[in-house]
Amino acid sequence: MAREKMQILICGGTSCSDKQSEIVSDNLKLELEANALENDVKVVRTGCFGLCNLGPIVKITPGDVIYTHVSPDDVREIVSEHIMKGQKVERLLYKDPSGKIKSSTEKELSVKKKQLRIVLRNCGVIDPENIEEAIANDAYEALGKVLTEMKPLDVIKIIKDSGLRGRGGGGFSTGLKWEIAYKNKADQKYVVCNADEGDPGAFMDRSVLEGDPHSVLEAMAICGYSIEATKGLIYIRAEYPLAIARLKKALEQAKEYGLLGKNIMGSGFDFDIEIRYGAGAFVCGEETALIHSMEGLRGEPTVKPPFPAESGFMGKPTNVNNVETFACISPIILKGAQWFASIGTEKSKGTKVFALAGKINNVGLIEVPMGTTLREVIFEIGGGIRNGKKFKAAQTGGPSGGCLAEKHLDTPIDFDNLTAAGSMMGSGGLIVMDEDDCMVSVAKFFLEFTVEESCGKCAPCRIGNKRLHELLEHITKGKGTLADLDRLKNMCHVIKDTSLCGLGQSSPNPVLSTLENFRGEYEDHVTIKKCPAGKCKELMEYFIIEANCVGCTACARICPVGAITGERREPHLINPSICIKCGACMEKCKFDAIIIQ
Amino acid sequence: METIKLTIDNKTVEVPKGTTINKAAKKLGIDIPVLCWMELHDLGIENKPAGCRICVVEIQGRRNLAPSCVTKCEEGMIVKTHTTRVLNARRTVMEFILSDHPKECLTCAKSGDCELQSMAHQLGIKELPGEEIAAMSTYRKDTSPSIIRDLDKCIMCRRCEMMCNTIQTVGALSAINRGFMAAVAPAFEQNLEHSTCTYCGQCVAVCPTGALTEVDHTPEILRVLADPTKTVIVQTAPAIRAALGEMFGMEPGTLVTGKMVTALRALGFDYVFDTDFAADLTIMEEGTELLDRLTRHLNGDKTARIPILTSCCPGWVNFFEEYFPDLKDVPSTSKSPQQMFGAIAKTYFADKIGVSRKDLVVVSVMPCLAKKYECQREEFSVDGNRDVDFSISTRELAAFIKLANLDLNNLEDSEFDAPLGESTGASVIFGTTGGVIEAAVRTAYEVYTGKKLERLDFTELRGFEGVRSATIDFNGLPLNIGIAHGLGNARKLLNDVRSGKSLFHAIEVMACPGGCIGGGGQPLHHGKSDILKARAAALYKEDKEKPLRKSHENPFIIKLYEEFLGKPNSEKAHQLLHTKYFDKKKKIIVKQ
Repeated sequence: MAREKMQILICGGTSCSDKQSEIVSDNLKLELEANALENDVKVVRTGCFGLCNLGPIVKITPGDVIYTHVSPDDVREIVSEHIMKGQKVERLLYKDPSGKIKSSTEKELSVKKKQLRIVLRNCGVIDPENIEEAIANDAYEALGKVLTEMKPLDVIKIIKDSGLRGRGGGGFSTGLKWEIAYKNKADQKYVVCNADEGDPGAFMDRSVLEGDPHSVLEAMAICGYSIEATKGLIYIRAEYPLAIARLKKALEQAKEYGLLGKNIMGSGFDFDIEIRYGAGAFVCGEETALIHSMEGLRGEPTVKPPFPAESGFMGKPTNVNNVETFACISPIILKGAQWFASIGTEKSKGTKVFALAGKINNVGLIEVPMGTTLREVIFEIGGGIRNGKKFKAAQTGGPSGGCLAEKHLDTPIDFDNLTAAGSMMGSGGLIVMDEDDCMVSVAKFFLEFTVEESCGKCAPCRIGNKRLHELLEHITKGKGTLADLDRLKNMCHVIKDTSLCGLGQSSPNPVLSTLENFRGEYEDHVTIKKCPAGKCKELMEYFIIEANCVGCTACARICPVGAITGERREPHLINPSICIKCGACMEKCKFDAIIIQ
Repeated sequence: METIKLTIDNKTVEVPKGTTINKAAKKLGIDIPVLCWMELHDLGIENKPAGCRICVVEIQGRRNLAPSCVTKCEEGMIVKTHTTRVLNARRTVMEFILSDHPKECLTCAKSGDCELQSMAHQLGIKELPGEEIAAMSTYRKDTSPSIIRDLDKCIMCRRCEMMCNTIQTVGALSAINRGFMAAVAPAFEQNLEHSTCTYCGQCVAVCPTGALTEVDHTPEILRVLADPTKTVIVQTAPAIRAALGEMFGMEPGTLVTGKMVTALRALGFDYVFDTDFAADLTIMEEGTELLDRLTRHLNGDKTARIPILTSCCPGWVNFFEEYFPDLKDVPSTSKSPQQMFGAIAKTYFADKIGVSRKDLVVVSVMPCLAKKYECQREEFSVDGNRDVDFSISTRELAAFIKLANLDLNNLEDSEFDAPLGESTGASVIFGTTGGVIEAAVRTAYEVYTGKKLERLDFTELRGFEGVRSATIDFNGLPLNIGIAHGLGNARKLLNDVRSGKSLFHAIEVMACPGGCIGGGGQPLHHGKSDILKARAAALYKEDKEKPLRKSHENPFIIKLYEEFLGKPNSEKAHQLLHTKYFDKKKKIIVKQ
């Protein structure tokens, strides 16, 4: 019996690539050649495994052994020990934060438990630059089924029945969106893929495009067939060079294989896809702004209606879906609406990809069924809070989302629950904060982003967000009053209520949710002028504990402004009116004599 | 017509499908305040970015407030226009806008005529909470020969951008930067002077605040009026008399010709003349040129280009020099009436009164901001002395009159001075779209056919439609005439000329929608197209009431040719009354 061919999979996502995974891959090939193993072992560069903080990741099959933090220098050992002798390289196996438990296979990893990969099904599994691997993993099978067995309305019905909702932030029923675009008759219609992933820290769309570009191309063609469009456009930010390169390659291969272009699979259906580049404006993720940007106009939104389904790109009916939404399409077609609808909660079906970031142990990309609780995501999959600190808040939905508190940890995550809790699903960013984070500063941080990224078209977003940011700044400097908190809240409500597009309608969410869930912290800032987390510089005071100070003078010598005085071997004193709160003294002190109050 | 029934503030109203909530509310007598939205209904101009969010209303069942200016009525809709929620939102948004606007009302050029100011008043804003910590978005001031841009006062209503791009297709202004620093500016943030701007002034005409204003030349005029060594004469364009009264509370369309003359005399001008005189002169020159080119063209002369295009509008001249320099031999070479007047005043008239050129100052009052630039063009001066020294707008004149403690309402009528104050009805209608070509037809017809024209009112050439055409029978020769007002409309006709598809013999172009009555220097219409219509009607009325209505019958024009110029298009006429055009296409040079 022929020996099962061994495969070495190396993550080729952006994060691992940044950490020299390409050199690891090259070295592996050289090392295998040197040992005449190149015909027995296949080296594959895949898309993202989602284990970004552990990268570069190398996985060896059969056995599914995962090696973490693999450097080019580790290659020789992997080949000589694992490939040639069948012995695991212990030192490269995953260790949990406590350092005690080692996991050797992918399944054993705590981060992989509870996950269900539909969108990311092929990421970390196939070589994204090889269409044959994609086809071997069912790519274009759904397209074939649709073109040969189904009518447009049949496809739309399946998508509607599946309960799939847009993953870009709005959560609108995808099937319904397709149906509206289908019903608007025109000589030309367009399918647009929104790959303008703009939430800071979110990279699920990028990972799908890098790891499994064909899943999106296929779904766009299916959508085109369903709404009777023959042209597709992918709007992707130019800052995603690897995703763009893989998309281009995938497009080329799909055309070569007759899976895009004229008369696809002999069905008579034509569908072509072009790539359009964005310059990275956050607001261009809003579909009307995105369309204007593609038309060569200023990237700013217009009032809906008319919706793109009536009048979109070049005034023609246009269906815009996000990358993650498209990535769900083929499995729904192949496995059926019932299968998809059986996953998730009552009104939110399927899975959701989250980009875990912040003070969490397992930073990276995860995919879980809708309805998974925040606690499961943060503590089981995410491995809990870094350095054993206490959980304080989780920000979902990027800068437009809200900060959820401890009381929300057991809420099943879905579109409606998150909205009800004052946040939103958004595109799936999930930033975890611990006890050291000041929630007023967190709100200010997100506002800073929206102030930068507002297009400037409507007054509440253009000016209102700036005013919110200024007032938060005022509060973090200890200059705010209780009345300011009411004003803050009113401004937030008006900005949400009057802004033209989703950006302004959601930009106050970080402020409103922190005001709601962490009001005490705001009150401390404005009444007793203290920042409980000790983050707001203006509200801190450095103080020397007399009993601990030995009078070594180290602090006085490092102080850049001469704020510390004291005789040698006598307790020192900080003059708060001179102190600039740089923290140098505290860092220098070996006796824990300096504290912040 | 399909209609829709809805409820606004508990009252039911039925409107045609497609009507906006704002317009439906108007039917019920509910005036929802608007700020960025503006329309000139009869001219097909509408600005609706839905950006200011002042006109928001509450619609039952909708999560957010909706802008009433663009939200269309739907069957059964229940709308509330002044709930606590709406009023609070409207006020808060207004506070936002004002928080980023200089509090310089006392010294602002727009004070008293500012839409933001009156809206703040209407909404009862008496203080700005948090003003002390509110930063302002600032931008450098930009002064061009005609227009001052003070973007600190810009509220991003985008009206100027809409006029410049959609209506005028000039493309000099568009939104730049993002968020709080967003502004409307020329490409690459160049100064207006280095952009494709034609100085048509339509951006100024629609700007609700003091962000876009004209360069004020009254101080220079005050200085020369006070100088005993200078003889200062003034010429007033036809469109002034139909609009100036508005600045003194008179009904739009009130003709104030006589009162205006009295006022100008009271201001100290030594001679008060009429640009209409020069308009008659323009007809003589342009009409002759038309007939000459037409005759040569009909005789098979390939060098005679048809159609001929009018050239009295300086915004239009700037436009084709920028966008159609390849066609610069198509327009008539006749100078504009303003410049013809200056050329005659500083030669013929100066000689007549025995004043040297350098001691004679010619001031023009124009409905136009491009005229300020035009009189500064190098080719219109002799040894650095301009034919027309200064040009002020209708608005500047009104302010000037007020400065001299005069109330136009209480002034007696008086007559223009001779000889450059005499004019015919033909020249009066220069001030409205279609008027120049109608005046030209009256003269050209009689000259060409040798017959007396029976019918003087060519109503087929009148109206506000953007592009109009008519065929006039010149004794068996069907003369095809095209008219365009607004540069976007002109562009359409010009594209046809460029591609050789144009069937017109003569085309009149006015840069401003409505012609000079809607000029960038006129009293602000604030989106009321009825005002423009009333001004046009006033000019046709004055024409009708004039004893002489054909330019070639103006006795002083006849005398001018006899005494000074010889014949129309004579060598001397060419030297003084004709000009040439330049390729002014802007080139962007990227420094390596």
